[in-house]
Amino acid sequence: MRNNKLRKFVDKLKPHFMPGGKLEKLHSVFDGFETFLFVPNTTSKNGVHIHDAIDSKRTMITVVVALVPALLFGMFNVGYQHYLAIGQTADFWDTFVFGLLAVLPIVVVSYAVGLGIEFVIAQIKGHEIQEGFLVSGMLIPLIVPVDTPLWMIAVATAFSVLFAKEVFGGTGMNIFNVALVARAFLFFAYPTFMSGDTVWVRTGTTFGLGGGSIIDSYSGATALGELATANSSNVQLTNIIGNPLGFLDGFLGLIPGSIGETSTLAILIGAAIILFTGVASWKIMLSVFAGGALMAFVFNNFGPDNAVAHFPWYNHLVYGGFAFGAVFMATDPVTAARTETGKWIYGFLIGAFAIVIRVLNPGYPEGMMLSILFMNIFAALIDYYVVEGNIKKRMKRVGTQKQ
Amino acid sequence: MANLIKTKRGLNIPINGRPIEIIGNLTLHKEFALVPDNFQGVTPKMLVKEGEAVKAGSPVFYEKQFPGMNFVSPVSGTVKAINRGERRKIMNIIIESDEKMTYEKFETPDVNTASTDELIQILQKTGMWAFITQRPYDVIANPTKTPKAIFISTFDSAPLAPNNDFVISSQIADFQTGVNVLAKIATVHLGIKHGKKTPFSTIKNATITEYDGPHPIGNVGIQINHISPVNKGEVVWTINPQDVLFIGRLFNKGIVDLSRLIALTGPSVRSPQYYNAIIGACIEPFIHGNKITGNKTHRFISGNVLTGCRISGKGYLTPYATQLTILEEGHHTHELVGWGMPRFRKYSTSRTYFTFLFESKFLRKLFGNFKYKWDTRLLGGRRAIIMSGEYEKVLPMDIYPEFLFKAMIANDLDKMEALGAYEIAPEDVALCEFVCTSKLPLQQIVRNSLDYMKKELE
Repeated sequence: MRNNKLRKFVDKLKPHFMPGGKLEKLHSVFDGFETFLFVPNTTSKNGVHIHDAIDSKRTMITVVVALVPALLFGMFNVGYQHYLAIGQTADFWDTFVFGLLAVLPIVVVSYAVGLGIEFVIAQIKGHEIQEGFLVSGMLIPLIVPVDTPLWMIAVATAFSVLFAKEVFGGTGMNIFNVALVARAFLFFAYPTFMSGDTVWVRTGTTFGLGGGSIIDSYSGATALGELATANSSNVQLTNIIGNPLGFLDGFLGLIPGSIGETSTLAILIGAAIILFTGVASWKIMLSVFAGGALMAFVFNNFGPDNAVAHFPWYNHLVYGGFAFGAVFMATDPVTAARTETGKWIYGFLIGAFAIVIRVLNPGYPEGMMLSILFMNIFAALIDYYVVEGNIKKRMKRVGTQKQ
Repeated sequence: MANLIKTKRGLNIPINGRPIEIIGNLTLHKEFALVPDNFQGVTPKMLVKEGEAVKAGSPVFYEKQFPGMNFVSPVSGTVKAINRGERRKIMNIIIESDEKMTYEKFETPDVNTASTDELIQILQKTGMWAFITQRPYDVIANPTKTPKAIFISTFDSAPLAPNNDFVISSQIADFQTGVNVLAKIATVHLGIKHGKKTPFSTIKNATITEYDGPHPIGNVGIQINHISPVNKGEVVWTINPQDVLFIGRLFNKGIVDLSRLIALTGPSVRSPQYYNAIIGACIEPFIHGNKITGNKTHRFISGNVLTGCRISGKGYLTPYATQLTILEEGHHTHELVGWGMPRFRKYSTSRTYFTFLFESKFLRKLFGNFKYKWDTRLLGGRRAIIMSGEYEKVLPMDIYPEFLFKAMIANDLDKMEALGAYEIAPEDVALCEFVCTSKLPLQQIVRNSLDYMKKELE
């Protein structure tokens, strides 16, 4: 057996972490690592004697895997935007490594802070370490601009893990999507770092790589930023060096934006993974896109005379964080509606509200974050009415049915 | 033509060790046990003392609340021990068989002319009442409450369950008598499996409904929910088909004959088949003599792998069990990074594993049924409910299971009542427990809540 040595090592360490051992205070951490290495061998005491092989670790890891295409593309795009801004051409690997080095610290900080807090709280409460943050910790780096200072990431992550999750009781109990609360915290606490046209493209160096003088025609705004600040109602979108952008550019994603949100293609690969494995609800995902498309279509034809309202409905779906939110945020099972009927309503309203906020609120170029957080509040209410329907039916049955 | 109710919700778990239709020879152990805890909602009061002689059908204890309700000895012999636990609670009563099987004789009334009260009384007196359970609360039926219907599901859809057609076909006359008796008390609903010729389709005095779908469609709870859901204040009785035979034998022969066929099943059983047994029999002879494969630690389950009761290798068959399932414990297994491995031999309804491929029609046609590796591990840590929509897929009832479970966990009586707790029994949610990502003990949660409801509301 290959894993015998490792198992023996773990067994040797185990007594130290058990109650009464020297390192008893690290029991939860040890247990976390042990169950990470080995499937727990606890057997059922009563109830069903066999279990499905699925557990929350595998579920969470599946989502993390689904995020990898967006992460890798995000890294490449960070490098791509950088070299575009300074007017240099770099080969594929230079571009990717630049992005890798720019993004990796954010990922590391997000995981280190979030998991650190999880470990401590698990130990205080005396329960097992829960896997929820494996996903949140990957989501947070993907929804922030690349130039966000690392300490801000740390503060926002700490805030959201503590106040969006742990105070509610941990994974499975939270009302708001943890990653989005981190993003909202950054957005409201440090607005200058989260919007405008200087944060989306790294123009400085990364660990000594890259760097140079920015070319003259450079403008670092995102597509939605351009639309929000446009003077006329008919705007031609451009990329950071002034070339025009269309639907395909938004779909492929070589445009400025938060690290993981730009490429709808990469996001859809992830979507395919979580939909096929059944980890995410296709009902929610589909209805978010449907709600967004329909609302944008309405604005296209009947909306106010501004640039965002005239932005074609199909472009709304591929620019900004719409696709990322629809695929990875709205489908978070804990914060979404939990009844099947409720899922349709929940998703549809997220899509619709996101476009409403984009079009009608000049203060927020991107509406996805607020829309999902808003619907997180209403998810429980939607479910309440769906379940209430079942209860009413049951009450009505009393005394009316035949024997 | 009988009504047909179809559903796709549910799950047939592909576990190996299905019994073949052969009845093996076996000498039963001398010891038999009655375990009062196996009868839900019963507070036992002893009627015999240690060392006393009993016949098959002699009362051993009765229910405190209803003194006429006897629980009887399955064999003739002597009461060897009355084992008590904390606060003198009766754990079990061991009866040593004299291996002669002398039966207590009972005068049974004529079914056609007897009154309902008479029938209910004789059923209680002869220990038959132990086999009649009720919804709500899934407890031994309260004899003072008139049921609106009596449900019998003639087929067992649980994993590796015995084939009742095979078991009962030779005793169909006894079954018919049993149904006749019950039909005098209330309408009898008989659930039969669709698309198969079965001896039960000729049963008279019962409303026959056909069912089609995966497990748990064979559970009476599902059938009640589709035909005549239990509302507040209503009572429905349920009885297992093999136990209807006991009533039939009582009225046909005047004796309490609690013998039945037991299916020896499960992945660890060398040749799964049927054996003649009697209720409460010690399982030792079933597992001795090279009947089990492998030398690992095994789990013995009186009943099926989902709802059965864990017993020791020297344990006794529980009264409702029609099968004995044996599989490996697996607690010595340490799987390295299982969450990240393909784990081809693990079964999962989730597509994060490859089960969907092996279970696809195409691959099954090519390679036949895939053999998964089963043991009793939870295969994960217990968590709060994270995934949604899992339970509904395996519970074909008009109920929102997740919300009901949450109400139960929160001890919210009004919500439990409103969300359908009267209609549910632990066995109905066994599959929910099987598929649960968060590994929650749902059957236990339901059991505790039903007990709590009964205590508070009755």
